[in-house]
Amino acid sequence: MIKTDILIIGAGPTGLFTVFEAGLLKLKCHLIDALPQPGGQCSEIYPKKPIYDIPAYPEILAGDLTEKLLEQIASFQPGFTLGERAETIEKLEDDTFIVTTNKGTKHHAPVIAIAGGLGSFEPRKPPIPNIAEFENSGVEYIIRDPEIYRNKKVVIAGGGDSALDWAIFLTNVASEVSLVHRRNEFRGALDSVEKVQELKNTGKIKLITPAEVKEIHGKDHLTGVSIILNKNETIHLEADHFIPLFGLSPKLGPIGNWGLEIEKNAIKVNNALDYQTNIPGIYAIGDVNTYPGKLKLILCGFHEATLMCQSAYKRIYPNKKYVMKYTTVGGVEGFDGTKKEAPKAVVKKIE
Amino acid sequence: MTDITIKITDRNGTLHEVLVPTDMAMNIMEVIRSYELAPEGTIGICGGMAMCASCQCYIKSDHELPEMGSDEDLMLAEAFYVEDNSRLSCQIPITVKLNGLEIELAPES
Repeated sequence: MIKTDILIIGAGPTGLFTVFEAGLLKLKCHLIDALPQPGGQCSEIYPKKPIYDIPAYPEILAGDLTEKLLEQIASFQPGFTLGERAETIEKLEDDTFIVTTNKGTKHHAPVIAIAGGLGSFEPRKPPIPNIAEFENSGVEYIIRDPEIYRNKKVVIAGGGDSALDWAIFLTNVASEVSLVHRRNEFRGALDSVEKVQELKNTGKIKLITPAEVKEIHGKDHLTGVSIILNKNETIHLEADHFIPLFGLSPKLGPIGNWGLEIEKNAIKVNNALDYQTNIPGIYAIGDVNTYPGKLKLILCGFHEATLMCQSAYKRIYPNKKYVMKYTTVGGVEGFDGTKKEAPKAVVKKIE
Repeated sequence: MTDITIKITDRNGTLHEVLVPTDMAMNIMEVIRSYELAPEGTIGICGGMAMCASCQCYIKSDHELPEMGSDEDLMLAEAFYVEDNSRLSCQIPITVKLNGLEIELAPES
């Protein structure tokens, strides 16, 4: 069981900054995220895109913002449960919570901060009628263990970075790699496209474009796929695995069933006070919440995280006196023993 | 500045005729969101960067539209339920020329 003071669900910018504000109050944080890396949408959808409304950054790439936030919170040593989705919540008699992920990892905390953005990222599944039947027997939307493709025939579909990168990687593992895409052009990084070209020329990748996988065949396990080539020709390809990589799309998911008040796919919170939900001890901050006048901006998430942490402190230590300290005055004392503080002014006498 | 009228069929098949300002630098995805014709979180997920395909729509009238950029083209190449008249509505800015435009939202995927 992982124990912490504030359990943050969602490791996007708002969730990450919560660690900093909590750390100033000496509260420890642990984050859960369905994605394998922190950063949320900033790292999953648009890492190379600039953001212009982060105060004091006239321009910053979304990926760099994530890195800067990780640097800022490093001394507060946050824990991470990545690649797992928060599934269930249980309120104990002492008003603390246990959150369990889809992989069974349990987390115990007195305060829950849902910073879940638009929800957890789920793979986009192509509309092939019987695809669901093969989800445990040859169709994978996410590659978790490349070894299962050792000496197998693999068909990958998609035109972005993950399709290209995995096609390249699997040429050293699988016995046959086919890459199917609806265009001859690919959206991925230029060097990946060039690498695939090279592997195609040497016969290591079978490139099938412009084409689309339309049918999946097999009995107990996938044995092949049917592909429409050039919009009119059907070809059949033997395969052991079909890996559609069409990106991820966010879904509110299990959090929607936690008994929280939901409005327009977002969690209603008290914005006059502390961004608490209808369940005391559960807060919702950033894009995942809603209140009159709500704006889904990273900078608003930062503000919400700050106020929420103050309220969380009062919930955890109801009788402790506390006043907010400026970081310039109090410095930043990490849990790792480091301390950042303003240098003392040098006093010099005038003779 | 004048307002224009656009006809939008939502994902449930209901037709909405909406008034749209031409001086607010809006695109069609934003118009759909401003009238709440699709639930929040199911449209415009990437914010309008042509990096998801949640705002895909079908163009039903023969208005002249801005040419498709390569971002949009390649994103549509990975979208589902794509037809010849598919566009990403976030890539179509509102102009006076679009008066009377008819579109239909593609299914959620």
